[in-house]
Amino acid sequence: MKEQSERLLAEVETKLQAVTDLKSANELKVYYLGKKGPISELTSHMKDLSPEEKKEYGKVLNDLKQTITTSIEEKIKDFEMQELNEKLASEQIDVTLPATKIPTGSPNILEYIIEEIEEVFMSMGYDVVDGPEVEEDHYNFEMLNIPKGHPARDAQDTFYIEDENILLRSQTSPVQIRTMLAAGGNTPVRMICPGKTYRRDADDATHSHQFMQIEGLLVDKNISLSDLKGTFDTIAKKLFGENCETRFRPSYYQFTEPSVETDISCFACKGKGCALCKNTGWITVSGAGMVHPNVLRNCGYDPNVWSGFAFGFGAERLAMLKYGIDDIRTFYQTDLRESANFDRKVEE
Amino acid sequence: MISLNWVKDYVDIAHEDLKELAVKITKAGINVEKVISNHIDNLVVGEVISCENHPNSDHLHICQVDIGEKTVQIVCGAPNVQAGIKVIVALPGCVLPGNNVINAGSIRGEESNGMICALFELGLEEKTEETYAKGITVLDSNLKPGTDVNTILGTDDTIYELDVHKHRNNDCYYHIGFAYEIGCILNKPVTLPDASYQEIKENVSDHLSLKVDTPKCPYYLAKMVKNVHIGESPDFIKKRLISAGMRPINNVVDISNYVMLEYGQPLHFFDKNKLGNQILVRNAEEDEEIITLDGQKRILKSNDIVITDGTKPVCIAGVMGGENTDVDETTQDILIESAIFDAVSIRYTASRLDLRSEASIRYGKGLNYEYTLAAMNRACHLLEKYADATILSGMIVHDNVDKMEKVVEFKTSEINHLLGITLTDKDVETELKRLDFPYTRSSETFKVTIPRRRLDIDPNVNDIAEEIGRLYGYHNLVSTLPKVTTRKGIYVGDVKIRKEISRRLRALGLNETKTYTLTSPEMAKTFQYDNKTQITLPNPMSIDKSIIRTSVLPSLINVYEYNKARNIKDILLYEISKTYDINYTEETKVAILMKGNYLINEWQKTTTKCDFYILKGIIENLLDYLGFKNRYSFEKAQVTDLHPGISAKVYIDREEVGILGRVHPSLKKDEIYVAELSMTKIYNKQTKPLKFKPASKYPEIVKDVAFVTDNSTESSILKEQIKKSGGRLLDSVEAFDIYENIAEGKKSIAYKLVFKDPNRTLSDEEVMEVFNKIIKEVEEKTNSKLRS
Repeated sequence: MKEQSERLLAEVETKLQAVTDLKSANELKVYYLGKKGPISELTSHMKDLSPEEKKEYGKVLNDLKQTITTSIEEKIKDFEMQELNEKLASEQIDVTLPATKIPTGSPNILEYIIEEIEEVFMSMGYDVVDGPEVEEDHYNFEMLNIPKGHPARDAQDTFYIEDENILLRSQTSPVQIRTMLAAGGNTPVRMICPGKTYRRDADDATHSHQFMQIEGLLVDKNISLSDLKGTFDTIAKKLFGENCETRFRPSYYQFTEPSVETDISCFACKGKGCALCKNTGWITVSGAGMVHPNVLRNCGYDPNVWSGFAFGFGAERLAMLKYGIDDIRTFYQTDLRESANFDRKVEE
Repeated sequence: MISLNWVKDYVDIAHEDLKELAVKITKAGINVEKVISNHIDNLVVGEVISCENHPNSDHLHICQVDIGEKTVQIVCGAPNVQAGIKVIVALPGCVLPGNNVINAGSIRGEESNGMICALFELGLEEKTEETYAKGITVLDSNLKPGTDVNTILGTDDTIYELDVHKHRNNDCYYHIGFAYEIGCILNKPVTLPDASYQEIKENVSDHLSLKVDTPKCPYYLAKMVKNVHIGESPDFIKKRLISAGMRPINNVVDISNYVMLEYGQPLHFFDKNKLGNQILVRNAEEDEEIITLDGQKRILKSNDIVITDGTKPVCIAGVMGGENTDVDETTQDILIESAIFDAVSIRYTASRLDLRSEASIRYGKGLNYEYTLAAMNRACHLLEKYADATILSGMIVHDNVDKMEKVVEFKTSEINHLLGITLTDKDVETELKRLDFPYTRSSETFKVTIPRRRLDIDPNVNDIAEEIGRLYGYHNLVSTLPKVTTRKGIYVGDVKIRKEISRRLRALGLNETKTYTLTSPEMAKTFQYDNKTQITLPNPMSIDKSIIRTSVLPSLINVYEYNKARNIKDILLYEISKTYDINYTEETKVAILMKGNYLINEWQKTTTKCDFYILKGIIENLLDYLGFKNRYSFEKAQVTDLHPGISAKVYIDREEVGILGRVHPSLKKDEIYVAELSMTKIYNKQTKPLKFKPASKYPEIVKDVAFVTDNSTESSILKEQIKKSGGRLLDSVEAFDIYENIAEGKKSIAYKLVFKDPNRTLSDEEVMEVFNKIIKEVEEKTNSKLRS
């Protein structure tokens, strides 16, 4: 038996060596391992043997079958791999051909910068609140310490809709008033209110009759101008980088007292002086101040108990500074070639 | 424009570096935009001792010039140079305008130690053929050689150009007010100018009666002077007016301007003899006329204030005088008016008549009544001194002015609390003294009276904190963060859904636009599908921005046109914006515009063009995302300005929430698809909380079926019937194949039906039973036949 087995094994090895394709290899498999093949034949002799011989015979036969199967299978696998490789070789594509263009949706540049600012303020606990654009004179001016006939109204040159009562809001401050009134004079307020505002300016490269303000308000107990300074420092660093320095200058707004203008160190020249900062090293980015006691009182807050600060940025100005845009009309024209660049996540 | 030479009269700045001072002033809140010095160094008076022709030139002269300490040789080319005259000499080291540096050297072989100048070379005159032909400037023969020419020409002044915030452009735009500002910064007292004069016995009341018949004139003072001599103003007045940007005219006019620039109080001088014996201040009559000083006829309105001679107007109060009473060369007697008029009224009148004069600007800001009187006295002093005026005793007065003092009480702790600093009571006293604010103090409480010159300060502790804070210096404040509770901010109200919609639409490839709320009537006429009445502004700036839009689509069409004109072909836009109708009802709308290709792959020919179904897909995607799966439907509808065959309305729970379709070809030929949804309506709908739905473990059975029906029958009619007949076992149905005109007026629609039960495997028999029922009922109820 052993002899027979070795002979058969040698025979298979020889035949396998001569095989050149998958088909012949499969034929070999069918022949040797098939029902009428040599293995089957050897198996059929089993029944004539004694139980002892059977055991011995069986083991040898099993080993033989195993070895032959493995040899042939390996050969088959080789051929299959070869065939697959040949097939893949014929399936090469040109990866440098154009991709299928998936449309990109860009945000409006103003919304982009507003979301960046919202994120910073929300992380500091400020809610983002919205309010009406068609507004009452009462909220847009009177509650803000700007009575009828006050010169501050001239400067804002307002689009009135109905006599002197209904108007297109000239600032987003009325949202602050509405928020304070809703808070009822006994709960702290922390909010920003980005939104559209309207003034009678003729449109050109630096003026727009419609523009966006990002105003904010914090009312609580024990709030000071130093807190405003610290808050502004934090915002400026988040928006313009860790090296950004800030400066307060005295200013005037009807609804804050004291009032300040807030400057950041020029990020273009690092404070050395350049065209962007008009050689001053500083760029004015917002107006701010301590909420005027009259405004607090109007909204039901006792100025002896509550204090707060308010601030306002111009979204257009910030975007123009940050992204080097020189025409305010850019934001309202939507040239898709320009906005495409802004389909990008906000920098960390 | 503030002349520092002038300010020197009131506050000691003799030893200040004026550039540094400007920085200090700016830091304290008054923005000095420019420091202009017109001083030229090394410019002296010279006397030409001798003048000979240059041997190597046909026009140059060799002059020996006495410059005080010595005599130098200068070569001069001017035709009018001659021995004996006094001239302006620019010595070596002098830098003339245009960075023209004067050096010693030689001209055609002859030594020259400077330049003899003409005014245009100093930048004091324009260089023209005329001024050039005049040659060098000949000075007064009495001048001493070596004298600094700057003192003669008025080029020894420093001028501050201010950019002042509204509240301070009252007191900082006159020299005494500005002197107080410098005084508080430098901690120096302010001295007011001499306002003394002699009066004769004769009294103004013998010559004039006054009646004020309007509440808009709370304060009116009139005083009379006689026998003025009209002539040139003294040099110092002329120079200062020029420095402050005003043109000298004659001594009398100049004095009224001079006093205005000192005290901020405009004065008006009437020729008393032209005026008569009466003054009546009243509101103008509607359409009353006056010819003003500039010779223009002005038509007045009843809310203007006029000064009249009892009957006819002689002056538009606070704005401009009348021609009929103006001061001219023949004037002898003058009536001086120093008054306060209602600021709002003056602003309205000046702006309506387009007459924003120095006077009207000042009246329009409001005035301090103390200076109304001070200015009157100062004017009398100057008229006596420089126009030989004789001053009558007495003054005609109308006084209804509010003299309530503004007093504020506070404690130092309140100031510290507001600013976040730690001043002591003593520090506060120091600051109040610097500000020149009168105060009293009893233990911890300060009681401060706010000076009248500071109209901007209200009696609030915040106002005092601001004054102290700006002197303390905001750069000295420490940065602290508010001590408040920690929380994360949220998007309040519908802001959140707006952001969600915006982000989703961007993810779907649409570009956000931002357009103007105000539109033109032509734009406002289009896409009026919801029949809202629009707001038209009563006083628009221009007709193209006169209507508040009720739809954003017309603006998107504009953006489309803008990009198309720039050769951009694939235009995918959206905008979310508030709209308002005539009742001020706010509705936030989500507008979408699509034109061109959506997905692009030209070389593989798999480009997908924007069409109705892409747009519909985007809306479905959005509504699914917002939680409205299976709650919305699209129904064919006629929509204004949309293609009648390619337009639909979108419903959620049977409420219309928007429209979509192709833009009507009569409006735009291009194949543009638009949609507009009401975010307000969507926001007001509740959505169910998100729940997990396990996938079925049992196999589904899929069956296809096709029906032949009329071309005009909508797919959804068959679909609804299939759903109805399919019952519980039918999991989904979707059309997947359409053949138009399969027979005359007929089309075939094929549907894929999926049967499924979440709890068991379905048998073929029960599915076939339902399937046959579906076919039977669709045929019966929808006028369709099973396609064989």
